[in-house]
Order: sequence, then structure tokens, then C-alpha cells
Amino acid sequence: MADSKKEPPHQPRDESRRKFLKYSGTAIGGVVVGGVIGGLIGANGKNGKTEETPPAQPDTGKPAQAAERDFNQALMFFNQDQFLAAEAAAERIYPKDDSGPGAKELGVAFFIDHQMASSYGLNGREYMSPPFYKSEATQGYQLSFKRRELIALGLDALNTYSNDKLQKAFPDLAPEDQDKVLGDFEKDAVNLKGVPASTFFSYFLNLTIEGVYADPLYGGNKNMGGWRMRNFPGNQMSYTNDIEKDEFVKMEPLSLSDHLEIG
Amino acid sequence: MATKLPKVPIVIVGMGWVGGIIAAELTKAGHSVVGLERGKSRNTQDYFHVHDELRYASRYELMQDLSKETVTFRNSDKQRALPMRSYGSFLLGDGLGGAGVHWNGQYYRFLPYDFEIRSKTIERYGAKKIPEGMAIRDWGITYDQLEPYYVKFEQMAGIGGEPTTQPNVGKMSKPFPVGPMKKTPAMKLFEDSAKKLGYHPYVIPSANLTELYKNPDGIERAACQYCGYCERFGCEYGAKSDPVVTVLPVAQKTGKLDLRTHSNVTEILHDGKRAMGVRYVNTPTGEEYIQPADIVILSSYLFSNVRLLLMSKLGKPYDPKTDSGAVGRNYAYQVNGASTNVMYEDREFNMAMGAGALGSSLDDFNGDNFDHADLKFLHGANIRFTQTGLRPIQSQPAPMGTAKWGAEFKKQTLHYANRVLTVAAQGSSMPYRHHYLDLDPEYKDALGQPLIRLTFDFEDQDRELVTYIAGKTKEIADGMGGTKTEIHDSIKQYNIVPYQSTHNTGGTIMGSDPKTSVVNNYLQMWDAENVFICGASAFSHNSGFNPTATVGALAYRAAEGIAKYIAKPGSLV
Repeated sequence: MADSKKEPPHQPRDESRRKFLKYSGTAIGGVVVGGVIGGLIGANGKNGKTEETPPAQPDTGKPAQAAERDFNQALMFFNQDQFLAAEAAAERIYPKDDSGPGAKELGVAFFIDHQMASSYGLNGREYMSPPFYKSEATQGYQLSFKRRELIALGLDALNTYSNDKLQKAFPDLAPEDQDKVLGDFEKDAVNLKGVPASTFFSYFLNLTIEGVYADPLYGGNKNMGGWRMRNFPGNQMSYTNDIEKDEFVKMEPLSLSDHLEIG
Repeated sequence: MATKLPKVPIVIVGMGWVGGIIAAELTKAGHSVVGLERGKSRNTQDYFHVHDELRYASRYELMQDLSKETVTFRNSDKQRALPMRSYGSFLLGDGLGGAGVHWNGQYYRFLPYDFEIRSKTIERYGAKKIPEGMAIRDWGITYDQLEPYYVKFEQMAGIGGEPTTQPNVGKMSKPFPVGPMKKTPAMKLFEDSAKKLGYHPYVIPSANLTELYKNPDGIERAACQYCGYCERFGCEYGAKSDPVVTVLPVAQKTGKLDLRTHSNVTEILHDGKRAMGVRYVNTPTGEEYIQPADIVILSSYLFSNVRLLLMSKLGKPYDPKTDSGAVGRNYAYQVNGASTNVMYEDREFNMAMGAGALGSSLDDFNGDNFDHADLKFLHGANIRFTQTGLRPIQSQPAPMGTAKWGAEFKKQTLHYANRVLTVAAQGSSMPYRHHYLDLDPEYKDALGQPLIRLTFDFEDQDRELVTYIAGKTKEIADGMGGTKTEIHDSIKQYNIVPYQSTHNTGGTIMGSDPKTSVVNNYLQMWDAENVFICGASAFSHNSGFNPTATVGALAYRAAEGIAKYIAKPGSLV
């Protein structure tokens, strides 16, 4: 696959962020915040230039220019535990491997958080009027629970279930155990009263895939890394000259942000 | 208290393809028309950031807001119908241009067999061939009668296709105005394999304009760029033919079209024999208006056409128990599900490139083009390979049995992202006595009016069709030089959750018998001769094709009928 040899861009930043999230509840201080800023260098490839792959920049330790920081990477809806659970679960659904970044590096948990804060999280354009009855499988979702409520409850339940079974919060489990917990949710094999586990899982799975492949404007698919792995060219204006070609045409992807520049 | 407006000659409810065509034809002939559209206005500038799969394809930007109105659904009348709370099986258009904005642009005339399906089936196989409960009927019009109106749509929309048609489809009196879409390597693989088997493949006729074209109304538009964002998206180039870039500007230029957006019609006012006009709500303010008119034309999507008649108590509601009445009968759909994937380990295809109507197809197993004597189903399917632009959220090609998530899922879906071609079938859907539309007794829309209720399921006919046609897709797929093929050859119950097709039909069907049809072959209502009900709601069954060509042709015929009616009121047949 393309770019499989490229260094995944923001490993240092992830470590810093994890630290921030772990301690922010108790230790708010200049040192920790400074570390976060340092780690953000190179995290944002949006500079209008599209001919080059946004580079993986090392952590120089210097404070970043404000314009280079990704101010979008902050939480609109989740609490800290929910965010960490979302990040860990998304990474198991779409893990980092030889072909490139996983959900965590692609910012998928931020994507999901932002979606839950949007009208989509509130089922804004869906029919949510009562009455609610038990349905046949062919009739689709019929719960009064809104999407963001379901996702938050499910993420809390991931931690509760992991603590009960394995005495650790979900993000602290070994990857194999995380897979087992997710599998239990997928198969509705969890006994957590009132949590529609498999429904939560299928929604979360869809959100993860969306976060990997949606235009980076939504906070996931960081630096178009999801698109690059499958050679998806993103937002191109014309393929008229390529559509009949026998050979596979690889091109640097373009985002909607690029589209603002090219009109 | 509703404000009563001055009387107008003609009011149209719903400004998509059908409303747009009728408005253009009538205003060009000098008639004044009021066009009511419940959604917003639209133009190509709205699509500046249209290449956004999440917003348009996954979040349904162009579709009706279901929080305001949806449909309820059940598989049979033994169940309680429940609302379609979020989108799935089909997508309801909204706003100026309606579903004509978010279509793919695949353009097929129906077969001559379709319009006389009952008599031709009996003629070839005997009456016993039609199973108990299947409600196929002749349409009250023949292919030859409808043919000139197909031509009108093709000239207006700039349909591109091969210069000659295959022997197993209806004859064309005039060739397509522009040439076919470009042919991709994958389309060639499909066509070569089909030809070796003795079949008759052809490039799908397309409303994605294939070259610069000026239509008879003087509308000039540029060619499709194969950008890969058609279905569920609007076209920023105006290259995909839709009402907003073709018929609506023509109507507006006459100065005779009074187009009112955000105008949601809630009732047809009538005395049981004639319509007097319509009542509508201005949606931003909630103010009610009464628009008196000499002629009322319904041209919304089928659910809205049927619902408005039933809410207005105009026409006789269909009763499946007694098989009487007509409004709501013969709901049909599209039977998809037969397909074969071809995987290639040694090459990748440019699957992100494409256009809504880019592809090749064949009709050797469509309609009655093959012998059904020993088969347990009627009709068939158009078998096709399409290259509509494969977008990454909604397409995760992988071999059967691949995990749905995790390391293996990632590895396989990345590997196969551009290595799978699908030979698929678009199957016909036959009407049954117990498939119908009526008003839901419980659920209401945002205005407190009842939702439309859909009662529908797949039948043995559909399951037999899918299994048989799937075998044909595999036969073709096996000859396409791949490493491996995988067949999908069965369907179960109809399920409203996964997307299948926005080709819903029936409910106000046309015919020659006022007892079993709602409109005559000019789409004039039997029970109220100054009401015309147009669109795919007039289809008595759905063919193995996309419906827009026939929707468009019937709209041109209805426009002609309305003009005749204005000159000489009365029944047109």
C-alpha cells in the first residue's frame, strides 16, 4: 500500500496527550501544558500546499506557532474516561499496523466526540416521536435513547464490565482482553442491565469507520492518513483524463480544505 | 385562519422532475402555473463543498428531515407498523428538484412487455402462471404509445447512449442526442465476458451529460467530469441532468411560473367530484393559505402523492381484505440482492473515479426476454457492472467471512479497496394484493397529520428471481479474469434498515379500469377529472430498471393531456 513506509506522524503527541488527560483532573500546571504544546508540532498539515504528503515531524521540544496547533483536538461532549475508552476501543476496531496509522493516530475519538456534540448525536433529523414499541429486526432502531446517550452509556459500560471481569478500566487492559470485551458487547454477551450492548457496538463501529475515512474537516482521518492507506484520492475535481486508463493511478489526496484554496 | 389567495388556472404540488417538466411544458404553451415546493430552493452553487461523503452520503444532507415526517413500516398486516426513525432502505428527496437532484442518472426505458405484462404473460404461459395474490395488470398504455414521450425526455435531459439499441429492448424512433459514457477497463471486462456468453451488453444510457449539449429549450450544459460523487450528491457542474438545471429555468424564463418554496400542501380541497384548490402551510411562519385552482397536479414522491389523497379523502382508499378501492394499491419496489464479486490479486482498478450512470448492462434476463416456462417467477433483472465512484466510508470490499473489525478487517479492506468488481442485478418487483399504502392509525408528522404506512415484504417470486439471476451474474463474473468470485444469491425478509434502492412505486396506479386504477393513461384521476397524479406512483409494477425514464415520459404525456384538458375539459379517455 502507499505510504506504508512513512513514519506515523504524531507518536510523541499521543503520549503527551495521554499524560494530560490522565492528570488534568488533579494536576493543572504549566509543565504539563507546555508538554502538550511541544508535542503538537507538525500535527496539522493544513497549509494549502497539496503536492506533498504532510511530513512526520519530530518533537523539537520548541513551542509550536499558534497556527500549527490543532485547536480542534479538544472535547465537546465526552468526559475524560469516556474519551479514553473511545480512543482505546476505536484503536482495536481499526488498529495501527504496517500499512499505517490506527484510529488513535487518526484522531477518530475526537471525531466521535464532535459528532456526538452535533445534531447527529441528538438524532436531530430523525423521527424521535413517541410511542416507542418493541420492534421486529426488520423495522430498525426503535429506542427513545438518543445516539449520544447510547454512546456515552456504552463507553461507561465498557469500563464497568472490564472492571468487573478483569479488575481494570477498559483502556488499561491488554489489547487481547480489549478485543474480548468488545466481542462480548458485539455478541450481546454482557449482562449489564439496561445497556443495549450490541446496538452500542454497531453504532460505535460505524462511527469509527466514519472517523477513519471522513474528510479531515470533521476531526478524524488526520492528515488524510485514512485515505492514503487505501489510495483514495479524496476530493478531486475531475477524472476525465484518467477514467479510461488501464493502470492504477496513484495521486496525492485533496481535502475540502484544499478546495477552499482552489475555489 | 387560512388566507384565501386569488384563483389560478393550475397549481402543481411538488417541484421535482415531474413538477418541473409539467411546469415547463405548460408555461411554454402560455399557461400560468403556481408551483408549490415544501422544501428550500437550490442551485449549483450550493454544491461548492459537495465532495463530502460524511455530510451527503452518511448524514443525508439532501434528504427529507425525518424528524418532521417519515413513513411507518411493517412486513405484514399482522404486525404493528413502526416509524422509519432513521434512513435505511430508501432515501426521500427534499427541496427544489426533489429526488431528481440526488439520483445517479441511469436512464432506461421500460420494456414493451412491462406495459402489457398481464396479457403477454397469459398469452405465452397461460393464466395459471400468475400466482395467487400477484396483482400484475396492463398499464392502459403501450410502449409504442409512450415512445414519443421518452424521446422528449431524452432530448431535454441530453441522455447519452450507444447509437443503436439491442434487439431485446423497445425500439427507439430517434437515437440518443449524445454519445455514450467513456468505457473503463472494468466495463470492458464485463462486456467481453457477456459477449462470449452470447449476451447483449451495452453502455448504460446516462443523464450525466457526456459532452457539451444544447437542448431544444436552449439550455446549454457542460460534460460530466467523472468525479465520483453523484448518487446522494448534487452536481456542482450542472452536468448531471436534474430539474434545477433543465426544466425549471425554462419555466421560470417564461415569466409564467410562480414558484413558492417552503410551501407544504396539507389538503386538496374538493367536493368529491372536482378539486377546488389546495391548502398549504408556509413552513417558516406556520401560516396557512388556500390556493384555489382550476387544475390540481400532484407531482410529489409516491408516498406524498398517496398520503395527500388519503388525508384529503379524495378517491377510494384501497382495502386489501376486499380487494376494492384503488388509492394505495400495487406498492412495488426493486428486488436487488443478486450479485457476484470478482476479486483480482494481480491488479487494481481506479474505483474512486466514476459517475452515477457509468457502467454497462444487459437485458438478456430482464422482462420476458427469456423463457419462464420452467421458472417459478415472472419478469427478471437488468444485469450490470457500474462504476459510480467508490467512496471509503460506505464501501469496505473484502472476501466473505472477513471480520467486521480489527486487524484482519483493516488488512483485508485496504488490500481489496480497489480490487473488487461487482456484477449486480437490479430486479423487477411485482405487486401483490397485500403490499399497499394507507394512513398510519397512530404516528403523526410535525403538523399532527398521520404518516403514510407501508406494508410490504419479499415473496417467493422475489427469492426465486434472486437465486436464478445471481447464477447469471456469476457466469459473467467468472469470465472476467479475476482470481476468485463470490456469489450472493439469496434474500430473506424485506428489512427497512440496509439501503437498497430509492425506486419505490405504485399507490396511484394508471390503468384502463376505474375500479382498480386511480388514473387513466394521461394520469388524469378517474374520480376527479381536474386532478392529475403524476410520478412513479402511477406504475402498476416496477420493472428491472431505474424508473426515471418512465417517470419522465409519463410526465410529458400528462403535460400534453393537461393542455388538451384546458382546451376541452372532460375525461381525456
